[in-house]
Amino acid sequence: MLREQLLSPYQPGTSPVHRLPAGSKLALALVFILCIVLLPPGSWLAFAVLSVALVAAALGARVSPRQLLVRLLLVEPLVIGVALLALLQPGGWPLFLSMLAKSTLCLACMLLLTATTRFSDLLRVLWRLRVPSLLVTTLALLQRYLFVLLQEMERMQRARRSRSFHDGRASTWRGSAQVAGQLFVRTSERAERVYLAMCARGWKS
Amino acid sequence: MHIPDGFLDLPTAIAAGAAAVAGIALGLRDVRRNLSPRRVPLIGLAAAFVFATQMLNFPIAAGTSGHMTGAVLAVVLLGPGAAVIVMTAVLVLQCFMFADGGVTALGANVLNMAIIAPAVGYVVYAGLRRLCGDGQRSLLFAAGFAAWCATVAAALACAVELAASGTVVLRSAVMAMGGVHMVVGLVEAAITMMVVAVVIRSRPELLDRSQRVEHGVPATVAFGAVATIGVLVFVSPLASSLPDGLEHVAHKLGFAAEAATPIAAPLQDYAVKGLVDQPWLGTVVAAGVGVAAAFAMAWLMARMLTRHALHARR
Repeated sequence: MLREQLLSPYQPGTSPVHRLPAGSKLALALVFILCIVLLPPGSWLAFAVLSVALVAAALGARVSPRQLLVRLLLVEPLVIGVALLALLQPGGWPLFLSMLAKSTLCLACMLLLTATTRFSDLLRVLWRLRVPSLLVTTLALLQRYLFVLLQEMERMQRARRSRSFHDGRASTWRGSAQVAGQLFVRTSERAERVYLAMCARGWKS
Repeated sequence: MHIPDGFLDLPTAIAAGAAAVAGIALGLRDVRRNLSPRRVPLIGLAAAFVFATQMLNFPIAAGTSGHMTGAVLAVVLLGPGAAVIVMTAVLVLQCFMFADGGVTALGANVLNMAIIAPAVGYVVYAGLRRLCGDGQRSLLFAAGFAAWCATVAAALACAVELAASGTVVLRSAVMAMGGVHMVVGLVEAAITMMVVAVVIRSRPELLDRSQRVEHGVPATVAFGAVATIGVLVFVSPLASSLPDGLEHVAHKLGFAAEAATPIAAPLQDYAVKGLVDQPWLGTVVAAGVGVAAAFAMAWLMARMLTRHALHARR
């Protein structure tokens, strides 16, 4: 339940931020992130101003702050991990702190974008920008079937757990590999059905 | 290994992005040539499959657990071009939906994990299969060793990009990323081999067949070029620990101002003093030990997995 929530970042709403066209929202977010990236490390005043702007946008979008925070905290460890590499330099602390601030701001911006924009709308923007159709189709199918496959995987794991008594490390590895392999078999069978369904609806590559 | 926003400077991000676009174009071309339209939905669903299996946990020790990236798994199951598309789609979705990996670093992330990893993996896999023959055991062995090489190559590419941005010192980044991912690569190799073994056992016809179909000369040359870039990335740390290899190139290319930050200089000296007199010797020995360990593990596991299969059949 929690994971489902985490996997679907979009929070429906009718705020002005939600109603902005996806293309301009994407462009705004990219400009914002580019600004942050181009700022020299240690420009704390600019970071503060930008974060105030971001908070204002989040308030305007009326999204649940709790969900945004939880998602932010989930990704933050990865950022800290990369930033730790900066500490390998002597006197790396200030650099480390401003890197952390920079990437946290960028993360928050992306999270706000995905919370207020449907992924399918973003795909439509990509389509209009003439990204190759094979890539857009792949992205659309990926987003559509990710949940389906995750649920299928969960069912297979539940079935395996209910049949096995001991859960040692080796058996977990074997079991997980079995689940992944069988998932691929089922995926390719499903892809065949999807192909037929797409053809039936007039799809041409 | 996802690089977040704010760790790459503009020239590096743009250069990596351009290389990534070129790689994707090559991948798309390969798919259009070698894949029937019937397989197009399979690429999309396989991307979802790779994403889903990245969430499977494999417990390692003391509460930690690993998961796989799936680049070489995609190469073995779908072929190199499709693997590039699949991994690109996964990274784009992770970036835009889950804020995993930065937008400005997307080019670099795609280059590392969706171009270099499958390309290096494919070259190693195809090469080993040509050397070792067509049997099940050699296939598993090739897949495992390719998975290890791909993981290490992607990590080293990541370290080089971070160092080129002046975020980290090249040598310490290469040591840290390379060292960690030599171990991570073993996990990746083990999982890849086990999953491929399951697929072979239940539906061998699902494995990608394009390895048997001879690729045209341009495709071979293109993949060779990509692999060469990967190898260069692999070798450049060695070269740079010889007198100022990468910095020398950076000077020539004219972005030395960004690359050689004043902060970077002290540790360069420190690393030389801290390690043996000839730091490249240590690097070479460490890399050699890592390669040997991966080779041995892949070989042993291939034996184990195929023997297991024989028992099961009896």
